Amino acid sequence: MQFNKYLPSLSLLIFLAIWQGVASYLHNNTLPTPQVVAVVFWQAIVSGQLPFHLGMTLLRLVISFTIAMLLGCAIGIVLGRSKPLNAFFDNWLVIFLNVPALVTIILCYVWFGLVESAAILAVVINKLPNVIVTIREGTRALDTDLMDMARCYHFSKTKTLRHVILPQLQPFLMGATRSGLALIWKIILVVELLGRSNGMGYQLHLFFQMFDVASILAYTIAFVAVIQLIELLILKPLDKKALRWRR
Amino acid sequence: MTDVQITIATKTYPNAAQPTIKDFHLSLTSNEFICLVGSSGCGKTTLLNCLAGLDTQYDGEIQVGQQHTAPKIGYIFQNPRLLPWRTVRENIELVLEPHQSPALIDPLLEIMQLTKSQHEYPERLSVGMNRRVAIIRAFAVNPDLLLMDEPFVSLDPPTARDVRALLLQLWQQRPHTVLFVTHDLREAIALADRLIFLASAPMRVISDIVVPIPRTQRHDETAIESFRQQLINDYPDIKQLL
Repeated sequence: MQFNKYLPSLSLLIFLAIWQGVASYLHNNTLPTPQVVAVVFWQAIVSGQLPFHLGMTLLRLVISFTIAMLLGCAIGIVLGRSKPLNAFFDNWLVIFLNVPALVTIILCYVWFGLVESAAILAVVINKLPNVIVTIREGTRALDTDLMDMARCYHFSKTKTLRHVILPQLQPFLMGATRSGLALIWKIILVVELLGRSNGMGYQLHLFFQMFDVASILAYTIAFVAVIQLIELLILKPLDKKALRWRR
Repeated sequence: MTDVQITIATKTYPNAAQPTIKDFHLSLTSNEFICLVGSSGCGKTTLLNCLAGLDTQYDGEIQVGQQHTAPKIGYIFQNPRLLPWRTVRENIELVLEPHQSPALIDPLLEIMQLTKSQHEYPERLSVGMNRRVAIIRAFAVNPDLLLMDEPFVSLDPPTARDVRALLLQLWQQRPHTVLFVTHDLREAIALADRLIFLASAPMRVISDIVVPIPRTQRHDETAIESFRQQLINDYPDIKQLL
C-alpha cells in the first residue's frame, strides 16, 4: 500500500493542525500556537541558550548513564552467578529500588552539597538498581550448556565474558539501556531543577516561574527530538548489528 | 602418545539414593577409538563430564597422558553447542590456543566440506553441518582425548552415515584417542577398535570386546550386521542393553 507510507507524516500534520486550531480558538498565552513555539525554538537555538543547556543535560546523561550501566552490569552478573551474594544483597536492592528518586536527590544534595558530583551520584543511585535487576535476571537465564563448552575448551574469563555471556545478555542490555535513558532523562531534570544553575531542568524551572509556556514547549520539542535521534542513530543500529546472526 | 587411565570408585549425585557410577575402570591406549555402549540414562554423559573436568564431584582418579599439565580435551556434545552469534569459522577459532595458527582450520574445513560455509552463522546451516563444525572444533585443539557424546543421535540415517564417514576419514588422517558414547550397536561396530558394554544403575563395565572387522571393510553393512548378531548370541548380557 503506497498510502501507508505517508500515514506517519499525515498523523503528525493532523496533530499540528489540531494544536493550531485549539490554540487559535482559545487565544491564550498558556497555549501558544505552533508558529509561536517554532519562532521561540529558533531564537533559543540562534541565541545559543538551548544548545548550551541541552548540552549540559546531555553531558550529565552520558556520564551518569555510563557509570550506572558499567557498574550495574558488573554487579548484576556477579549477583546472577553467585547465590550467597545474591541472598545477601537482595534486600539492599529492594530498598534502593523503592526509595523515591526525589529522596535520593535531596539526600545527595544535603550530604554532599550542591555540586556536580552530588548531582551525578543522585542520578546513578536512581538508575543502578534497575540495571542490576535486569542484568541479574539475564545472567540467571544464561545457557549452562554453552558455559560448560567454554569451560571444557579452557576459555579465559574475558573470552567467556565477551563471546559467551555478553551476547546472551544483549536483549537485557538493550532493555536496560532503553528504560535507563527514559528514566535518567526525567531524573536529571529534577536534579537540575533542585540544585544546578544550568541544564534543561534549570531552564524549565525558570520558564515556569515566568509562565513562559512557549519556551517550555520549545525545549520539550528539542528534548523529544534528541531522544528520537539517540534511538535512530545509536540504539537501532546496535540492535541490528547484535541480531545479524538470527535467521 | 596419550594413554588414559580412568578409575571412578563412586560418583553419586547429591540427594541420589544410589551412585550413578561404581567401580568403573577403563584404560585406553594411544590413538585408540573406543565406543561405550549402554542404555540411555546409564551414566555415560556423567562419565564424559568427569573426564572433561566439568564435573569434579567424584571419588576416583583420571589420568590423561603425562600428568604435568591439564589435558587438552576435545568434547563433541550431544548438541553441537556452537555460539549462534559467531560464524562457523569464529566458533572454531575461539577454541584455538594463542600459539595455534588460524590457518590450521582450513584443511579441517576442507575435509568436512565446510569451506564454503565457513562465514555463515550456525542457525543458517543444517543440523548435520552444525555437527560437522562441532567435530572440527574438537579436532582443532589437537586434544589428548576426544570425547563424543552420541553426536549423531538426532540426524536422519543417511546424514548420520555421511557425517560418520567424514569423522572416520578425519580421524584416520589425524589419529587421536577417542571415547565415543552411543546406544546404537551398529554405529559402535562401524567406528570402534574396542566396544565397552555398560550396565546401568550404577554404571559399570560388563564386557570389553575388540572389533575384529578390518577398517577397510567397515563400510560393509552385512559384515557389521553379522558381527552384531554374533555379539548378541555370544553375550546374553548385551542383549538386554539393546
